[in-house]
Amino acid sequence: MGVERVEHLPVRTDEDLVRARQAVREAAVALGFSLVDQTKIVTAASELARNTIIHGGGGDLKVERLREGARSAVRLTFVDRGPGIANVEQALRDGYTTGTGLGLGLGGARRLMSDLSISSRPAEGTTIVAIRWRQ
Amino acid sequence: MPEAAPTRLPDILGRHQQEILDDWLKLQAETFSRRRDLISDEELKQQSASFLQGLRSAAATDLDPRGPAWQGVRDLLGEISTSRVRQGFSPSETATFVFSLKQPLFARLNRELASDTRALAEETWTATRLLDALGLHTTEVYQRGREQVIVRQQQDLLELSTPVVELWEGVLALPLIGTLDSSRTQVVMESLLQQIVDTKAGVAIIDITGVPTVDTLVAQHLLKTVAAARLMGADCIISGIRPQIAQTIVHLGVDLGDVVTKSSLADALTIALNRAGWVVTRTAPGQAAR
Amino acid sequence: MERIPILRMGSFLLVTIQVDMHDRLALALQDDLMGRIRETRARGVLIDISALDVVDSFIGRMIGNIAAMARVLDADTVVTGMRPAVAITLVELGLSLPGVRTALDVERGMKLLTDGTQPPDQRGRRAR
Ligand SMILES: Nc1ncnc2c1ncn2[C@@H]1O[C@H](COP(=O)(O)OP(=O)(O)OP(=O)(O)O)[C@@H](O)[C@H]1O
Ligand SMILES: [Mg+2]
Repeated sequence: MGVERVEHLPVRTDEDLVRARQAVREAAVALGFSLVDQTKIVTAASELARNTIIHGGGGDLKVERLREGARSAVRLTFVDRGPGIANVEQALRDGYTTGTGLGLGLGGARRLMSDLSISSRPAEGTTIVAIRWRQ
Repeated sequence: MPEAAPTRLPDILGRHQQEILDDWLKLQAETFSRRRDLISDEELKQQSASFLQGLRSAAATDLDPRGPAWQGVRDLLGEISTSRVRQGFSPSETATFVFSLKQPLFARLNRELASDTRALAEETWTATRLLDALGLHTTEVYQRGREQVIVRQQQDLLELSTPVVELWEGVLALPLIGTLDSSRTQVVMESLLQQIVDTKAGVAIIDITGVPTVDTLVAQHLLKTVAAARLMGADCIISGIRPQIAQTIVHLGVDLGDVVTKSSLADALTIALNRAGWVVTRTAPGQAAR
Repeated sequence: MERIPILRMGSFLLVTIQVDMHDRLALALQDDLMGRIRETRARGVLIDISALDVVDSFIGRMIGNIAAMARVLDADTVVTGMRPAVAITLVELGLSLPGVRTALDVERGMKLLTDGTQPPDQRGRRAR
């Protein structure tokens, strides 16, 4: 799988969140995703980035453009050193929140992407990798 | 029977099948380490073993890879080629599956026939010829598969051109005809939503009279479209839900919630016109004359 | 700090969101709107989002909050111009904004507000 381009962005402030959305949009456009797919990917990125800021205490985002034969994909990796997610299954459930949100972010992001995987250890942080393929 | 054992390949393949397979798998793992996400080790191993086995028994009978003795091997490669296309391999990567056997096989021949350079040259040539022909075969299968895909896509495209019609000012109708699969439904629905924006129609009728069956995914797409249209500020009405489909929908446990459904397009149109602010009056023949 | 402008049109407030808002800006808009509804005793709020190419759950929730709080202040809320791709994504996200009225464009949104807040027989009579 060829990584065509990698970008690293901080995800700490409100402004970072806006920039993250822009960077992800650019990647999705460059990879030829349809408008609806671009919107889904950027929205998922926004949800995950906000979680990184609010729940993870800030972190980083890696945006990768992948190509593989005729297929292409965008891969988003969010890393933080926050409190971690104790129960991943529960966190993914719609409506589950430990904050003031609606608890739709994580489950919604999973629906909007082709694949989303979470690795987290309490007190050590959270890494979320989300990928969306373009057929 | 053709000339007795014109080649020692089957013999060598037979005696060293396991070692050759192991070497080959190792080589493939190195060459294709980047493709691990597309195919499982287990599947690769199984395909490689079957191919080696087929090669051995076919070569024992005949050395013409186009001949009947090779039918089994060709079929196997056909299957492999088709499934790899689906898995996202390029045609040259699939052909490389076959070509990459050369390296471990030649190494083995070298060792076995070290003392007999002439035999070595001959067997190497035979193996090259066979593997090249078989590798090309995978490419041909790929080509044919692609042609089929193109034909199918053309058909789909025709179906997809299902026109969204403006029945009345402010009223769109989308008559769906034929089998709906999830991806077609998605495309059609996206185009309906776009048309709502383009024509500023406040009401859209999705008519499924011509749809034989509806599965859960399609039903969900329909409902999502209705929800999306509402967010945009337009109403959707689903019409032509035949009794069987209504039953299926209930059976599937899909909740139509407060989606407006009508059994006929005519009923739906009446409601739609009403919502769009139209009042349709009929002038009776006698009245008009008066 | 920058702010999203709120326009007053008769007894209604009109907001056109034209930038990808960061969260603080969205929250400020929510506060500003509530202030203005109280101040102007507006009977309706129209939020046009036709320029937005993403609405995530945060903005979605903000819109829902505005509608709910406006209702408490006896004002209607109409959201106009949501793009198809945004609508599809919000539905996928699981956010259907119940209780928020919608219209295809500002003109229709305005009509919805005027029709909704003034019974036809009183139209034009109710002085403010
Ligand atoms: N990066 C993270 N670090 C720690 N906990 C997290 C992280 N991301 C998510 N969580 C936990 O998972 C829960 C669910 O997340 P989700 O995004 O679905 O909802 P939310 O952020 O609470 O609300 P919403 O996204 O709807 O505004 C959060 O409440 C939080 O407890
Ligand atoms: Mg969240």
